[in-house]
Amino acid sequence: MSALLEVEDVSRVYRTGGLFAARRVTAVDGVSLQLEAGRPEILTVVGESGSGKTTLARMILGMVPPSTGAIRFKGKDLADIRGSRARLAFMKEVQPVFQNPFEAFNPMKRLDRYLFATARRMAGVEGEAAIRDAADGALKEVGLSLAEVRGRYPHELSGGQLQRVAIARALISKPALLVADEPVSMIDASLRASIVNLLRGLRERRGVSIIYITHDLATAYYVSDRILIMRHGKVVESGEARAVLDDPQHPYSQLLKSSVLSPEVPPTGAAFHA
Amino acid sequence: MSEPVLTVSGLRAWYRTSAYGVSREVRAVDDISLSIAAGEIYGLAGESSSGKTTLIKTIANAIQPPLEVLAGSVVFRFGDRPVDIHRISREALGKIRWKHLSYIMQGSMNVLNPVRRVRHTFFDFAFRHIGRPKPEFLQVVRDHLQRLHLAPDVLDAFPHQLSGGMRQRVTIALATVCRPEFIIADEPTTALDVVVQKGVLAMIHEIQRELGSSIIFVTHDMAVHANLTDRLGIMYAGRLVEEGRTADIFRAPRHPYTAHLIASLPRLGDTAPKKGLDGAPPNLADPPPGCRFHPRCPRASDICRREAPPMAELSPGHRAACFHPEPERPA
Repeated sequence: MSALLEVEDVSRVYRTGGLFAARRVTAVDGVSLQLEAGRPEILTVVGESGSGKTTLARMILGMVPPSTGAIRFKGKDLADIRGSRARLAFMKEVQPVFQNPFEAFNPMKRLDRYLFATARRMAGVEGEAAIRDAADGALKEVGLSLAEVRGRYPHELSGGQLQRVAIARALISKPALLVADEPVSMIDASLRASIVNLLRGLRERRGVSIIYITHDLATAYYVSDRILIMRHGKVVESGEARAVLDDPQHPYSQLLKSSVLSPEVPPTGAAFHA
Repeated sequence: MSEPVLTVSGLRAWYRTSAYGVSREVRAVDDISLSIAAGEIYGLAGESSSGKTTLIKTIANAIQPPLEVLAGSVVFRFGDRPVDIHRISREALGKIRWKHLSYIMQGSMNVLNPVRRVRHTFFDFAFRHIGRPKPEFLQVVRDHLQRLHLAPDVLDAFPHQLSGGMRQRVTIALATVCRPEFIIADEPTTALDVVVQKGVLAMIHEIQRELGSSIIFVTHDMAVHANLTDRLGIMYAGRLVEEGRTADIFRAPRHPYTAHLIASLPRLGDTAPKKGLDGAPPNLADPPPGCRFHPRCPRASDICRREAPPMAELSPGHRAACFHPEPERPA
């Protein structure tokens, strides 16, 4: 079986400060992971803030080059993608979903324009009717329709609906991989379950692999096949998601698991158990 | 039971704007009544734009146009005298604030002055209330920090030198140094990681038990409510829809919205399919008639579309605003 995505011993160092007082921050430190083609899965990356999970996502999306190591998508090194045509071909296959849909969309721009522009440029759909069909098809995939979204601006939709539109937009070019960075942490509780279910459904129905980045272990347990636990830029533990979360081995994973508050009232009453 | 520390009755607070000849009303807090007893942690839950923040702004009398209080009252009882916080002078309000009524906010950077050492923030907030000479005041602050297991060295640090969790601990110390009777906590742990969150919640709980203060604790995170609060109020679209002992609400929610909210909580170790709720929270500038939850409610009937259900006591200490509540489940 060939690899869809290979991340090989990747590190990313940021320099901050001026010429003399420069500090080096290693955001991602020697991370490797692999996704197989033809076996769609949801790979979850969890960790605290500053653990490097977003930097890892940005490197996989080709937005930030790694300082050392290599990332290959379908055998092709991301560093070799040059020119707008090669870049578009890559973006067609690997699409992002960001944390805050209200920031991902320009508030002054109609949502259907994003969908149409993506259909035209990324998916190469031609002709007005075909473009509309492509947008409608993708919206139906997420439980919306073009009739509901047409002509509307981001503020007219709820966070959950807007995140669905963001996922629909990402699906138009029929990508093989979605990179979702905290896609539910800005979404209200009553709508969160449906977004998480949507991700699960996409893997099953559309065969999309998903890299799901989160700090929420409960949804990670619910949705993922494999899990990677990161701390200070390093992977401290990885493996089959339920096995890892049921019985974490690394002390940090154990701490993380024991810190999750259960949504049950403790039998002794509401007193906080530290 | 003794007199409650806080009594809110029939409170309505709306945002009223008129621009270019179009006037709009956003009914962010619509007819809310509740009371909080001494030494109690009252949780307030609800989604974004359900009116949680507007309610606590109104309770704290931090009202600025376009927010207006149209009806109702907010009465505190510090000592033996009741004070209606909307009907006292600015001067009297200044004396109450921080000494009797303090806040723990989500963004600790909004409280701590970023360009001055932490000690100055303590002076700014607490010096006049404690009313002791400087060296004694500093000793009070140091003792208080020590009681909260914080090194007194933090007084000499700038806020940016502290981690997010440490800053939040400092703001908790700041909010409790005057031993207030009532603390408003607005999403104090939402921006923190789970590991840090647990420590900060333990700290809030510990100091609350020690001072015997009452806390109104606002967060959308139901797991925090389950572990920290004594009683819980659920807000939906500007109204309080259910209220009761936290344990009762988690065990047997009566309002369909609460029931859904609790059933859909992700639990570690649980992979049973969860259902999302169809539709979206209503726009408060144009809320649906009748019960505001009816367009999304699985139990809605004709009366729900016409009339707003009143808050009614369904079992002792457990109120819900619903014509067709979920069945009672005896313990």
